[in-house]
Amino acid sequence: MILTLVWAGVIAFAVLAYTLLDGFDLGVGILFTVERRDADRDVMLNSVAPVWDGNETWLVLGGGGLFAMFPLAYAVILPALYPAIIAMLLALVFRGVGFEFRFRAATARGRAAWDAAFLSGSALAAFCQGLVLGGLLQGIRVVDRVYAGGWWDWLTPFTVLCGAAVVIGYAMLGACWLVWRTDGLLQQRCRRHARVLAVATLGCIVAVSLWTPLLNPAFSQRWFGWPGIVLTSPVPILVAAVGWAFWRGLSRGHQFTPLLCAQAWFVLCYAGLGISLFPLIAPPSITIWEAAAPPSSQAFLLVGAAVLIPVILAYTGFAYWVFRGKVRPGMHYH
Amino acid sequence: MSGADAVLLARAQFAFTIGFHIVLPAFSIGLASYLAVLEGLWLATHRQVYLDVFQYWLKAFAIVFAMGVVSGLVMAYEFGLNWARFADRTGAVVGPLMSYEVLTAFFLEAGFLGIMLFGRERVGRTVHFAATLLVAMGTLTSAFWILAANSWMQTPQGYTLSPDGRFLPADWWQIIFNPSFPYRLVHMVIACFLSVAFLVGAVGAWHLRRDAQNQAVRLMFSMAMWMALAVAPIQVLAGDQHGLNTLQHQPAKVAALEGDWETRPGTPLILFGMPNMREERTDWAVEIPHLGALVLTHSWDGAIKGLKAFPPELRPPSPVVFWAFRIMVGLGLLMAAVGLWAGWLRVRGRLYASAWLRRAVVAMAPAGFVALLAGWTVTEVGRQPFTVYGVLRTADSVSPIGMPGVASSLTAFVVVYLIVFGAGAVFLLRLLRRPPSVGESGPPAGVPIRSAGITPAPAIPEGRAP
Repeated sequence: MILTLVWAGVIAFAVLAYTLLDGFDLGVGILFTVERRDADRDVMLNSVAPVWDGNETWLVLGGGGLFAMFPLAYAVILPALYPAIIAMLLALVFRGVGFEFRFRAATARGRAAWDAAFLSGSALAAFCQGLVLGGLLQGIRVVDRVYAGGWWDWLTPFTVLCGAAVVIGYAMLGACWLVWRTDGLLQQRCRRHARVLAVATLGCIVAVSLWTPLLNPAFSQRWFGWPGIVLTSPVPILVAAVGWAFWRGLSRGHQFTPLLCAQAWFVLCYAGLGISLFPLIAPPSITIWEAAAPPSSQAFLLVGAAVLIPVILAYTGFAYWVFRGKVRPGMHYH
Repeated sequence: MSGADAVLLARAQFAFTIGFHIVLPAFSIGLASYLAVLEGLWLATHRQVYLDVFQYWLKAFAIVFAMGVVSGLVMAYEFGLNWARFADRTGAVVGPLMSYEVLTAFFLEAGFLGIMLFGRERVGRTVHFAATLLVAMGTLTSAFWILAANSWMQTPQGYTLSPDGRFLPADWWQIIFNPSFPYRLVHMVIACFLSVAFLVGAVGAWHLRRDAQNQAVRLMFSMAMWMALAVAPIQVLAGDQHGLNTLQHQPAKVAALEGDWETRPGTPLILFGMPNMREERTDWAVEIPHLGALVLTHSWDGAIKGLKAFPPELRPPSPVVFWAFRIMVGLGLLMAAVGLWAGWLRVRGRLYASAWLRRAVVAMAPAGFVALLAGWTVTEVGRQPFTVYGVLRTADSVSPIGMPGVASSLTAFVVVYLIVFGAGAVFLLRLLRRPPSVGESGPPAGVPIRSAGITPAPAIPEGRAP
């Protein structure tokens, strides 16, 4: 019981860490659509170069953890969202390689090709993550512990909206990251991007939030019924408050506040998701209690996780600290 | 659209992605240990040539490790995508073992790898050597967990079955140290070492042709040939022991790789032929009487169960297993022979002078990796029709995804992998085409590479050990 809660928390944390961290570096890739100058792109990439791989590893940890600790959820969610997940994986592969090979390309054309791989891979990966989120909220049909739908069932206007929302949201995170880590004209432009993208993100948050309760009566009961509303009502209020702080920080030329606020928005949305779903792990029917591995598995893996995850976190924090400060043209991260 | 075809495609997809992936960790495992040996020798002798070879292969290591991380990401999701029923039923046992591997790899990437790659001028010799050793140990630890998971699927124990068919762990010690695990681990780790030895040897041999006086080139070639001489015969022995273990636990696999249908005393060894599953015989068989019994039972008149001793639906597809086994054994013996040949030439003082040895070693550059893939084909196809041997059938392990879904994703994987890893191979070959030089540089700083992980090592100023 306690172990199941602990593991649900650990995996939820891994997924949140992934969205917060890889979100901004996927966003940097998405911003390649508007930032076309080679020198700017160099700076943008160098700003995420030391951390992007670590960011992505949370995705492996989340996937592996889900397999081990909630096998049933892993076994129904992945087939239900099969094309979206495969597209996401391949997009991440493509983007990662584009990232590395861009700096090794011998010709300008090769460089442009790897840039295109980085841009399209980043955008597609973000879009697919939105599809996965939307597909999960919509619910997965399960019969006898097996996914019982077709392989395109997930594709609906709602999932496409979620896909677009994640692309826009990540781009906002990316713009805020660059506000923090760059200066000069690039930083000024990123402030503008951040402003536009934040408005769009807020629009998406409102749209998805209004749509979600319609998908499942349990969600609307949770959000608008008693006692759920005690828990849920602060969420929109906090979103508004953070939005105000974001706007103020951006207008007054703060460096770090916009990123902090943008990430706070993500955390709040995530908390909202948690409120809707808990204790479901694969809506509409599978709970964490049903999907959980037996206690002997939970305890066995917890030993390693309890030692390694804090070390990894501390180390990640240290790496971010070491690489703080502005990235300027011609400056390598090494 | 038939279920059997969807299963076959799902297997093809897994075989393709894992086949691509396995080469990269195998490369990393072998190379990490080689690098540790080189750095140790450098610290012990202070001879520049060890450092040069170390730096040369360190650059290759960075690329190979990075590619392995990429293909590993896909593997973390494969089990759920195409093998959902397997994932649901075995997740509680196999999942934690895999997760320990993920944590180990994560830990490595997070820290020591970056120090190993970029820290040599920055952290001091002892710390750097410690990082190299830890990376080598880390790659071996990764192998430990993955092979524990795989071996448990081959020889499952230490579990109970729940009423709904799930495997529940009862004894983790028994699960990890299952009967085939020690044999598989030893056989695989040696295979990694040999694969890298032959690749290093081939690069050495290639450059020897043009630059016979290059000390670093001579060192690579010589060390590789020592490995071939000393380790290839050990591998033959380890393989033999692994085979005996398989005979004990998975006799149908041995029958399939022997390609023998009958059970009779003094089983012959079929050298070549083509097992015919429909007619229940092996066509064009060339066999040596009694040798099969001698190898597998270590007695003249021993009997090994033939394929007919197993019901048709429980027979692994013999032609694949039979030929994969011959490729593996053939290459293994060839590697041992090259080792002996090089040893003999070394005694006569002609190790670096023989053009024929050079050519043979260049030709055998991929021999280890090919043998390794063939070996995995033997063990994985030979386990059919089960995923968890004797308990869970492959047909009951797949996801409910129809043919079109599996077929199109397989196509996408093939296209993307060929582009991405093709490009990676080109970079690697570009690196190896140039011989190592005196004062060889390490991996280029200022160029992002995934294997740098999230280490802060590059930010530490050069020449200032903390």
